[in-house]
Amino acid sequence: MIPLAWYIALSAVLFTIGALGVLVRRNPLVIFMSIELMLNSANLAFIAFSHAFGALSGQVFVFFVMAVAAAEVAVGLALIVAIFRTKHTINVDEMNSLKG
Amino acid sequence: MLLAILPELLLLVLALLLFIVEPFWKGERPRSGWVTFYGLLLIMIVSLIFGTPRASQEAFGGMIRFDWFAFLFKMLFLFGAALTALFFMDHPLLSKRGEAYLLLLAATLGMCLMASASDLVMLYLAIETTSIPLYVLAGFFLNEQDSTEAGFKYLFFGALTSAVMLYGLSLLFGLAGTTALAALGEKFASGQLSLQVAWGILALVTVGLAFKVSVAPFHFWAPDVYQGAPTAVTGFLSTASKAAGFAVLLRLFLMAFPSAQIPWPLLLAILAALTMTIGNLLALPQTNLKRLLAYSSIAHAGYILIGVVAATELGMTSVIFYLIVYLLTNLAAFGILMALGKVLGSDEVTAYNGLSRRSPWLALAMLVAFLSLAGMPPFGGFVAKVFVFAAGVEAGYIWLVFVGVLNSIVGLYYYLNVMKYVYLYRMPGEEEKKHPIQLSQATAWGLGVLILGVILLGTVFAPWFAFSSQAAQAMFLP
Repeated sequence: MIPLAWYIALSAVLFTIGALGVLVRRNPLVIFMSIELMLNSANLAFIAFSHAFGALSGQVFVFFVMAVAAAEVAVGLALIVAIFRTKHTINVDEMNSLKG
Repeated sequence: MLLAILPELLLLVLALLLFIVEPFWKGERPRSGWVTFYGLLLIMIVSLIFGTPRASQEAFGGMIRFDWFAFLFKMLFLFGAALTALFFMDHPLLSKRGEAYLLLLAATLGMCLMASASDLVMLYLAIETTSIPLYVLAGFFLNEQDSTEAGFKYLFFGALTSAVMLYGLSLLFGLAGTTALAALGEKFASGQLSLQVAWGILALVTVGLAFKVSVAPFHFWAPDVYQGAPTAVTGFLSTASKAAGFAVLLRLFLMAFPSAQIPWPLLLAILAALTMTIGNLLALPQTNLKRLLAYSSIAHAGYILIGVVAATELGMTSVIFYLIVYLLTNLAAFGILMALGKVLGSDEVTAYNGLSRRSPWLALAMLVAFLSLAGMPPFGGFVAKVFVFAAGVEAGYIWLVFVGVLNSIVGLYYYLNVMKYVYLYRMPGEEEKKHPIQLSQATAWGLGVLILGVILLGTVFAPWFAFSSQAAQAMFLP
């Protein structure tokens, strides 16, 4: 039996890796992967807590989060394709036509 | 029980109806727009007749709370969406695209759920149901670089902050073992839970909500997104979406985090002071009007936060009243910008030279909207500011109100500066009479209703204040 604290520690590590990835990487695809990692770290915490409490609401939450993440990525990829068509690059450093 | 989600159900029916019949419509007239507009009005009327809450009650296993607070916000969102549908019809690229109206309806559905959510699961889902259609709407003009960039930035920061908030929610669930807001509040009040951990969770959750209502230091997306997105969409983003964010903020903080145990008002007071100051100071050098209004909307989020900080019944009443006024005023301001942007082809302030001679009525409407934003009597913005500041003083946050009043003075400068271009400057080397500005009928009616509403809210404010007060009381009843 793995103690609850280990799951939470792992989820904290995953969340940190995801957050760092968002801040450091410049390719939107990798950034979206990092955001997925952050969402999944929350999912892991939900499931671990849900198991520890014997409450199902945490597990239900995870299903909804997965659905939301899929929808978000679908919209994100569509926007990246649209940006690539007009700008011919998807580097986030190049997205600077709006500023001031 | 189904009455609790009557507006949501009807919105879904309307959206599906539009989805089915829209592909069969050909021709010049924007039929989907009119169906959306009249459909939303009908939903408002039906909800007002049949769907008013008798008393505060929980529905669907505690997922949803059916009270006056939720009801008032739902009516506000439906009104905002109806006016936005009118403005959509004015734009050649938006008017005949059925999916734009569909996304508008989906976002409105999410907002209605945001106002009534009383469980973390519902709350998160409602926020995402609102956000995802708005990301698409912000990036709707796929061939325009600015629009797609705005959509991407909105999506990127939205997904990031909502992931941070979700992590906070998972820890909140881990701390308390429940996702119901009322049960969370009881557990915190009874002192069973660690308050140090609660502060950490509060910080994570605040990130997500501060993004939604564009509060500093999570405001930086707003100017870019507001500038790049289609103007009609920006109007909806800056008003209804912000009001929905505040509805969630009020519900979550008042129900789940009792301020006696966790003094969150202090945290929000600092954010409010920061937001007002940053918003107003950065608005000063702006020459693009959409960007200027974006910074002004950040500043307004700061003013509204003063009422939230007060956390009293007057505070909540003032927040709700402010949001009503703000929705009408800012929707009018962006509606004017949209109508003019189409004719002038620019949102730069210099393009507005001699506007009062080209279109006196439009210039007057702009004056009313901007003076209301600046907080001048006899318009709604003045009364709203008075109530918010009164709530702040009543709760003992004199310093915060002081910051707010000083900021209002700064705000007055840049609003009046724009009016200087409209009223005092002339078009260089042209006769203004030869360049009149034509408004489409839909836009003219929409603007007329909004401007009348702004004046009405500032002169006959007692009934609106009574509605807001009734909604605020629902938050303090068990």
